[in-house]
Amino acid sequence: MGVFNRMSLIFRSKANKAMDKMEDPRETLDYSYTKQLELLQKVRRGVADVATSRKRVELQISRLQTESDKLHGQAQKALAVSREDLAREALTRRSGLEQQIGDLATQHAALQAEEEKLTLAAQRLQARVEAFRTKKETIKATYTAAEAQTRITEAVSGISEELGDVGTAVQRAEDRTAEMQARAGAVDELLASGALEDVTGTAKDDITLELERLASTNDVELELTKMKAQLGAGPSASAPAIEASDESAADPAATPKSEGNPA
Amino acid sequence: MIIRILGEGQYKIDAAQLADLNELDNAVEHAISVGDTTEFREALSRLLTEIHEKGTPLAVDVFVESDLVLPAADATLDEVREYLSDEGLLPG
Repeated sequence: MGVFNRMSLIFRSKANKAMDKMEDPRETLDYSYTKQLELLQKVRRGVADVATSRKRVELQISRLQTESDKLHGQAQKALAVSREDLAREALTRRSGLEQQIGDLATQHAALQAEEEKLTLAAQRLQARVEAFRTKKETIKATYTAAEAQTRITEAVSGISEELGDVGTAVQRAEDRTAEMQARAGAVDELLASGALEDVTGTAKDDITLELERLASTNDVELELTKMKAQLGAGPSASAPAIEASDESAADPAATPKSEGNPA
Repeated sequence: MIIRILGEGQYKIDAAQLADLNELDNAVEHAISVGDTTEFREALSRLLTEIHEKGTPLAVDVFVESDLVLPAADATLDEVREYLSDEGLLPG
């Protein structure tokens, strides 16, 4: 098996390098055990790091989703007051956000897969480390120079390969997480830049302002209509004289108002 | 014969199965040499499936070196190339 003979040689030579340093073979056992415990710590930290990244992406998805829902609501409000242009703008922004959300969902799935793999690696290594500790003590207790070298070499080589394996998995998870964190950082920047200011509820975006302006203009119009109706329903006998004298002044004031209000 | 699948652990495989595995391994090697990602993924997946089916996982308290080390099922072509190009560790 061409390619994979080479791979096993690579892992083996790494293991042997560490063992060549020891004079007493029993030291090799302890040294290897220390390395195993170190790696176990590292894998556990790796799991925690990936989980942190995953949670960060979850938070971002939920913030973007809130913003997307809000834009959807704005589009509906805008249509209700016949402002298709505003509705279109809101939906266009929303479609951009939906793309981001989709991208983040993919990242989230990748991080989750990485987290599961590392969790499994940690469990597997933990079991191996415990078994190795037992074996190590057994070998030490029954130590006779003649047979020890072989048994120690075998056990340490076996576990060293495992350390290489798990170490590679941790490295891989770290690389991938770093990649995702860079991308998550970009989303955080977007969220903080003001392009989506409104997500945090600290400022109002232009669509909201326009809808509020329309709503308050509508309120004013309603109020005016009501007032006019009340005036019209009042005593009519003396009214014509007042209306007639006021007509020239009242009309210019009313005209620009109705022109300025397209709704 | 002992085979390790990275990220999974070790399997014991009967030497009689080796001919089949060799064929599958050649397919993986070919995919790597021509840089065909699709072919690589398929060939590696077939090779690992064969080991899962025919092999027996080693017990947790057995510490032996593997005769072969295989990449994880989701390893990319580039990752495998990287393993193989590890400086100074290649034989010859």
